[in-house]
Amino acid sequence: MILPWALNIAFVLVSLALLLSLARLVIGPDKPDRILALDTLYVNTVALLVLLGIRLASNLYFEAALLIALFGFVGTVALSKYLTRGDIIE
Amino acid sequence: MTEPLSSTLTSPLWSLGVEILVSLLIVIGAAFTCLGSVALLRLRDFYSRLHGPTKATTLGVGSLLIASSIFFSAQGPGLSLHEILVALFLFITAPVGAHLMAKAALHLRVRGQSGLPPDALLDGQGVAQPDPQAAPRPVPRPASRIDADPLRDAD
Repeated sequence: MILPWALNIAFVLVSLALLLSLARLVIGPDKPDRILALDTLYVNTVALLVLLGIRLASNLYFEAALLIALFGFVGTVALSKYLTRGDIIE
Repeated sequence: MTEPLSSTLTSPLWSLGVEILVSLLIVIGAAFTCLGSVALLRLRDFYSRLHGPTKATTLGVGSLLIASSIFFSAQGPGLSLHEILVALFLFITAPVGAHLMAKAALHLRVRGQSGLPPDALLDGQGVAQPDPQAAPRPVPRPASRIDADPLRDAD
């Protein structure tokens, strides 16, 4: 039974990654740093959802992972465009 | 929570070799994901921090998705290709997002360790030709410069 142990280790590591990204999101110091931390949080959430899908042996979580990846990209693009141009849709 | 996992491990395609492979890929992927966030927290300026997570997390999540694909292919009736969709989307969007964030940082004049390019380049006006006769005039600094913040040099 190697897989449950590997999954437990992976859950701990990905949760640690989420906490570290959250720390960067809080301490900043610049606005692009916060956008980057938010983007990393989204990617880590995708990793956590894939791990949960393996743990529960369910195919349902890939749609959720895809949607979260999509929302993360849209959020990153919108925030970066807002900082660059002062407007999102010109 | 262990019930669904133990029931799948009796599938005919599930062997010890596949289990070791999936476990190895899962641990490697999670370690890379964690390393990307460590880089995000530990590196010194924004442009270094931009490098860390965008590479490490795509590699980490890609490894996790390969492990998931092998797992569901071994326990299910056919190949599982949902993961390829997520991986393809992440691999396409991660460089685009990093590029846009770098452009936003340059526009806001976020300072890196090696300084910034000249203002004419940053505003997209091409390379400024230096005039040897003219006295060096001071470059007007925009009011929104981040590096004017005294707290920036504190860390």
